[in-house]
Amino acid sequence: MTAPAITTTAQTQAVTRSFDFSAALKDALKTALITLGLSIPILSYKTDQSGADLFLTPRWGLVAIVCAIVFGLRLVLHAYTASRNYAKATPSPRQATELVHAEPSAFQKASRFGVPFFLGVALTFPILIYLIQGGLNESRYWVDLGILILTYVMLGWGLNIVVGLAGLLDLGYVAFYAVGAYSYALLSTTFGLSFWICLPLAGILAAFWGMILGFPVLRLRGDYLAIVTLAFGEIIRLVLINWVDLTNGGAGISSIPRATFFGLPFTAGEGGFAATFGLEFHGMHRMIFLYYLILALALLTNFVTMRLRKLPVGRAWEALREDEIACRSLGINTTNTKLTAFSIGAMFGGFAGSFFAVRQGFVSPESFNFLESAIILAIVVLGGMGSQIGVAIAAIVLVGGPEVLRNLTFLQSIFGAGFDPNEYRLLLFGVGMVAMMVWRPRGLISEREPSVILKERKAISGSLVKEGHG
Amino acid sequence: MEIFVQQLINGLTLGSIYGLIAIGYTMVFGIIGMVNFAHGDVFMLSAFISLIFFLILTTWLGISSIALALLIVLVIAMVLTSLWGWAIERIAYRPLRGSFRLAPLISAIGVSIFLSNFVQVAQGARNKPTPPMVQDVVVLFQGESGYNVALSYKQIIIMVVTAVLLTIFWYLVQKTSLGRAQRACEQDRKMAALLGINVDRTISLTFVIGAALASVAGTMYLLYYGVVSFNDGFVPGVKAFTAAVLGGIGSLPGAVLGGLIIGLIETFWSAYFSIEYKDVAAFSILAIVLIFMPSGILGRPEVEKV
Repeated sequence: MTAPAITTTAQTQAVTRSFDFSAALKDALKTALITLGLSIPILSYKTDQSGADLFLTPRWGLVAIVCAIVFGLRLVLHAYTASRNYAKATPSPRQATELVHAEPSAFQKASRFGVPFFLGVALTFPILIYLIQGGLNESRYWVDLGILILTYVMLGWGLNIVVGLAGLLDLGYVAFYAVGAYSYALLSTTFGLSFWICLPLAGILAAFWGMILGFPVLRLRGDYLAIVTLAFGEIIRLVLINWVDLTNGGAGISSIPRATFFGLPFTAGEGGFAATFGLEFHGMHRMIFLYYLILALALLTNFVTMRLRKLPVGRAWEALREDEIACRSLGINTTNTKLTAFSIGAMFGGFAGSFFAVRQGFVSPESFNFLESAIILAIVVLGGMGSQIGVAIAAIVLVGGPEVLRNLTFLQSIFGAGFDPNEYRLLLFGVGMVAMMVWRPRGLISEREPSVILKERKAISGSLVKEGHG
Repeated sequence: MEIFVQQLINGLTLGSIYGLIAIGYTMVFGIIGMVNFAHGDVFMLSAFISLIFFLILTTWLGISSIALALLIVLVIAMVLTSLWGWAIERIAYRPLRGSFRLAPLISAIGVSIFLSNFVQVAQGARNKPTPPMVQDVVVLFQGESGYNVALSYKQIIIMVVTAVLLTIFWYLVQKTSLGRAQRACEQDRKMAALLGINVDRTISLTFVIGAALASVAGTMYLLYYGVVSFNDGFVPGVKAFTAAVLGGIGSLPGAVLGGLIIGLIETFWSAYFSIEYKDVAAFSILAIVLIFMPSGILGRPEVEKV
C-alpha cells in the first residue's frame, strides 16, 4: 500500500525471493482491524423482530471469520505482489535477444472456435437437454433457464450499444424494457393485436421513447446523463404504478395472450400447433418455441450491432466514446450520434420487453425496478464494455451461475440448510463491478477489434488501447 | 393557512436532512468531479448503525435519558460511518484516478449495490421500526378550525443539530488549513500537489466529512421516521443529489439551500397535489434542472477544458 520506492538498477538486482514477512503481517493485521471496525455493528449484531420490539443477536463468530478471511487474503495478496515484483526484477535470459511477435493471445486463438461452439450449443440446446434429461418434462427447468439467460443476453447486447459502443452510461435501460412489455400487454389485451404485430410496434414505441427521453438529456456530461436516465427510469416505473386506469397499477396486467406459432396457438385442440403438425400435444412445445424466438431476437440484436459498427454511424459511436471533443471538432453531430445509439439500444430493449410479456403472460411494475437496470449494467460491465461475446458469457455466468449454485446440494451442507445463493447474487455483482473497474476496466475479455482495417487484421489487446478522456 | 405553516415546518425538517446528505455529494463532486452514487447507501448504512447502537444503549446498557443516548449514538455513528466512507474511497475510488471517464461512476454503482445488499443480507429485508424516541410536541398556535400547528421536539432537534453541524462544518472549510487544502485541490489538484498538499489525504478527508454528515442525516432520519430498511438509501440519495444539483453542484451553501427547497417542494406537493407522485416531482426537478440550468442556483457555470 506504500508508494513504490525509487530503485536504481543495482537495487533491483538485489531483489530476492524472500519478501518482508513482518511488514506484510503488520499490514494484513491493520486491514483485519479496519474490517473489524467496519463490521461493528452492522455485522456483529443482527436486529430481529419479535412483535413490535426489536432485539439484538450478537454474531461475533461471523465477524471473527470475516476478519480472518480478510487477513488471509491480504497476506496472499502481499505474497503475490512480492513474487510478481521478483519476476519483473529478474528478466528472463531470452528477453530482448529475440524478436517480439505480436502473437494473438491464447484467448484470441480460442475465440475463433469459441463463437461457433457457443452458437452451436445455443442452437441445439433444447435438443441436447432433451437427450441429457431424457424427456420433455424433465427438460422444462433447463429450457426455462435458457430462455431467462437469453433474455439477459439480449438486454445486455442492447445496452451494449449504448454503454459499450457509444459510451453513454444509461441507468434507466429497464424503462425501455418496461415500455416494450407494457406496449405488448396493452395492445394485445385492449385491441387484440397478435404478438407478431406488437413486436415491431413495441420496438418502435421503445425507440420513440428513447428519443423523447434522450433528446433533452443527451447534451449532458456522462455522469449527469447517467443520473437523469436513472431518474427517467424511476419516473416511468412510478407512473406505471400510479396510473391505475391505464396500467392497473401495482397489480399489473394479467392474462396477456400467449405466443402463437405464426398464428397457430399452442393448444391441445383442433387447429393447434400439435394437431397441425401431427404431433402429440405437449406444453413444452411452446417453451421450445419461445426459446428459439428469444435466440433469434438475441442473434438479430447481435447481427445488427455488428453491422452497425461497420457503418459510419457505428464508427461515430466508438469515436464518441473515445473522445467527444475530438468528435465535435471533426464535424460529427454528437447529439444525433448519441440519439441513434440511445434509440437503437432502446428498440432492442423494447423487443426484449415484449418477449418478456409474452413469456410471462403477466407484467407488473415490480419487474422493472432499478435493480433490473443494475443487473443488466453489471452484465455489460463485467462482460467488458463493447465486447459482444463477453456480454453473452457474463449473462450466462451472472444469471445462470446462481441458479446452478442453488442446485448444488453440498453447498447447503457447508453453509446450512437455508443457504440460497440468490441472496448473495447482487452482493457479488456489486463487488464484481468494483473489482472490474479497479483491475480490468476493459472487462475480463477485453478484446477490441478495430472496425476499420488497412491491410491485415492485427491482434490488439484491450489493455494496450488507451482510453481517451472526453 | 395553518396547513401551510405546518407543511413549512415539515418541509424545512425534511429539507435539512436532504441538505446534510447533499453536502456529501457536492463536496466530492467539487474535489474529484465524480458523482458518489453510493452516498445514499452510506446514509442508509448509518441509519442502521444508529439503530443498533440506540438499541444497545437503551436495552442493554439501560441508559434511560434519551437525549444522552441520542448524543452518544450520533457520535458513534459519525465515527463508524466515517470509517466506511474512508474505506470505500480507499478501495473503490482511489485506484481509479486517471482511469476512464465512467469508471468511478460504475464503481460507485457497484458500491451502492454492494452496500444495500450487504445490509439486506446482514440485517434482513424487513423494515426495522425503532422504539419511540422523542414524542413530545409544542403546539405553536391553534387554528380556528381546530387544526393545531405543532412543532415536535424531533423537528426542533433535527433543525438545531443540522444548524450546529453546518456551522462547525462551515468553520472547518472556511477557516482551517484542512479547508484551505480542500479548496486548493478543488481548483487545481496538480498545482496543490506541487505546493506540498497531500492530495490523497485531502480527498480521503473529504469522503470522511461527507460520510460523517450523512451519518448525522441517517440518525435524524431514524429519529424522524422511526423506521429504516435496506433500500431506504436509494430515493433519499437521489433526492439529495437533486438538491445538490439544484443548489449548484460544487457549492456548499447551494447544497443546503437546494436541500431545503427540495424538502419544501416535496412536502407541499404531497399536501396540495398528490402524495403518489411526490417522488416523480423530485425526479422531474432533477431532470429539468440538469437540462435547463445545469449550473444550479449558486453554482458557477462549468467551463469545459480541452
